[in-house]
Amino acid sequence: MSNDSAPSRRGFLTGALATGGAVAAARASAQAPDPAITELQPWMQYLGDGVDARPYGSPSRFESHVIRRNVEWLTADPVSSVNFTPLHELDGIITPNGLCFERHHAGIAEVDPSAHRLMINGLVDKPLVFTMQDLMRFPRENRVYFLECAANSGMEWAGAQLNGCQYTHGMIHNVQYTGIPLRLLLEEAGVKTNGKWIMPEGADASAMTRSIPIEKAMDDCLVAFKMNGEALRPEQGYPVRLVVPGWEGNMWIKWLRRIEVGDQPWHHREETSKYTDLLDNGIARRFTWEMDAKSVITSPSPQAPILHSRGPTVLTGVAWSGRGTIPRVDVTLDGGKNWHEARISGPSFDKSMHRFYFEFDWDGTPLLLQSRAHDSTGYVQPTKNALRDVRGENSIYHNNGIQTWLVDERGEAENVEIS
Amino acid sequence: MSRFLKVLVPATAGTAGLLTLSYIMAGHFVTETPPSPQAVFVTAANAQGNAAPEPALSPQPPVPATARDGGYGLGREALAEEIAAWDIDIRPDGQGLPAGSGDVWTGEEVFVEKCAACHGDFGEAVGRWPQLAGGMGTLERKDPVKTIGSYWPYLSTVWDYVNRAMPFGDAQSLTPDEVYAITAYLLYLNNVVEDDFELSDESFAGIEMPNAEGFKPDDRPETELAAFAGDVCMQGCKDDVRITMRAAVLDVTPGSDTPDTDVAQDTVEVESSAEPEPADDENAARTDAADEASADQRPDPELAAAGARVFKKCSACHQVGDGAKHRSGPQLNGIVGRSAGTVEGFRYSSAMEEAGANGLAWDHETLAAFLADPRGYIKGTKMAFSGLRSADDIAAITAFLEAQGD
Repeated sequence: MSNDSAPSRRGFLTGALATGGAVAAARASAQAPDPAITELQPWMQYLGDGVDARPYGSPSRFESHVIRRNVEWLTADPVSSVNFTPLHELDGIITPNGLCFERHHAGIAEVDPSAHRLMINGLVDKPLVFTMQDLMRFPRENRVYFLECAANSGMEWAGAQLNGCQYTHGMIHNVQYTGIPLRLLLEEAGVKTNGKWIMPEGADASAMTRSIPIEKAMDDCLVAFKMNGEALRPEQGYPVRLVVPGWEGNMWIKWLRRIEVGDQPWHHREETSKYTDLLDNGIARRFTWEMDAKSVITSPSPQAPILHSRGPTVLTGVAWSGRGTIPRVDVTLDGGKNWHEARISGPSFDKSMHRFYFEFDWDGTPLLLQSRAHDSTGYVQPTKNALRDVRGENSIYHNNGIQTWLVDERGEAENVEIS
Repeated sequence: MSRFLKVLVPATAGTAGLLTLSYIMAGHFVTETPPSPQAVFVTAANAQGNAAPEPALSPQPPVPATARDGGYGLGREALAEEIAAWDIDIRPDGQGLPAGSGDVWTGEEVFVEKCAACHGDFGEAVGRWPQLAGGMGTLERKDPVKTIGSYWPYLSTVWDYVNRAMPFGDAQSLTPDEVYAITAYLLYLNNVVEDDFELSDESFAGIEMPNAEGFKPDDRPETELAAFAGDVCMQGCKDDVRITMRAAVLDVTPGSDTPDTDVAQDTVEVESSAEPEPADDENAARTDAADEASADQRPDPELAAAGARVFKKCSACHQVGDGAKHRSGPQLNGIVGRSAGTVEGFRYSSAMEEAGANGLAWDHETLAAFLADPRGYIKGTKMAFSGLRSADDIAAITAFLEAQGD
């Protein structure tokens, strides 16, 4: 499993060029007939696999470089670590299940659904236990949400570090969940009037916990068991996880086994020692739940260089906000001297990823690419320096600053910061 | 219905109209399938043509799932014993603490035995594992050191976390008294208490953490939301643009040509987490059947494969195979047949080195005895693992290690 995504992608495409003739030259002056056309390819001649040869389908072997990747030096151990969604290889708004980034605190719990229970206890009229079969009898809803780790882009606070949007922005995925409104389960148990907070808890060996105010729990949270139509993947909390739309991913407790109702927050590890945002005066913000509006250009980007010469070029990226939708994304090709409104294509859901495009004719000169998201509350994605002015460089979490890619004459891109 | 939408939507002025439309339709045709947000959007996008991008506001879901009067009657009442088994959380006011106590000296013993392999004897941390002590007065400087003493606001968080998730890979194995003792030792390491201190459910309330006042609620609504809103410049916004920093200078991206991890660790601020590893299903490889454990020469491939699964329990601290390196435990290539405590470059406990000097070599028998009860077999070993309970697991893991060769 190689890590050299940009080279392999380039190698793959140049390999294709070698058989197909140089693309730039091909249209203007094809000297020789294209063997991709004139020669009989094996797949044109011989039979392929029949049905059932691939009972659970996988991507083409030519896409084997499209994988989650981690940054080994980030963490002490892979069982308590994170890997990254290959945003630069994806399009549209939905993240395929096998490419959704992973963040575990105690590895992937392999939970047997027949031995899984969800308990609701604490300040409720009647503490309840549900089996998975019980849960399947509640009304369900289908909704698309992004999940972003609060530490996404956290390595970039002190400056440009990692070359590739997979690493700078890949702690995010966007999935359609099928689940039960949490409100229905809480109402089934009957929340007492002094029940102001809930504490979901995971069944893995970290027994992950977070405190969530009851208003959010009753608003749009889901207890989800399907992602993009199929069962949750084990690494995403199979058989059941909490969905906390628009709020930091750490709160979306996986392998959900218990929800306690209380009258005050618990201040557990993941909301005190972690997931608090230290400012440069030494004071830390806590309970910074909402994810600010953010965007990134996924192509061109360091792992997705421009592989053609001058002429028609597709710039694309994703944008999202924990406070609503994204009605508008601006892009610049010249480091912010001039901006253009990008074109959003695909569904615009509340607290979901949006896909944008900007098509232009590249003249072969260097580019300084940025994107700037506007969300439905009127908030505009700030520059990294504007964020640093407010927060300093120590807060790790909630870095939603504007990302810059430098594209050189060869089409290669690099993560940079600019004045 | 979808045709109906296609006719109507282009005539509808804006997104608000769309929203109203789908709600009206949902209300009118209660027995019919409501229009999907996706369908609404697609028609809207077509209608927009080349106009300014203005994505449709698609309500999701169109028809919410509703509660039923008197509830659904699903699930069953939780028994008191069941709640007691799972409800282990502790709050800052001490709610949830079980009766018990532990002092600093006991805590040191337990900590050195069960925690120090990752956190260091004095909470100073091994490798990238979390540092638990020190760091006072660093929160305002570059590269702050956030420890229990310098950062954590509540003592209850320590107790709760140690109790629910530690030791790494053996969660919820500590007794309440051990958790009290470890917590007392951590307070001592952070100069919050003296060495004669005993922590109990009763003395708990008297402890205030040094950084208790170091937190404030999320103030982004006041400090950022308005400041980061409003009109933006679109044309001629800057005269010139300079590149002020380039990621290629650091070159810490995986797969880049000259990785330099030292630079990375010094320069990059990131959450370094040390949380527990998964305990494999204890019963997975446990059968009462066979004790053909002592594979005589070549390890049985099937047994070795089973051992690879068991090895997950060890992989937090040990590597084996091509390119294996020392981590908090030594790399294990070629361990079967080798003298104990002799791999170069690893700092063993003196107990392990002595055992090797006194002639201990790892074979099926000695490995089995060690793995069944590491700290019983070699008193003073740094290995924090509590041991494999199943003889099958031990046989499998031995076969697996043997198959790795040198």
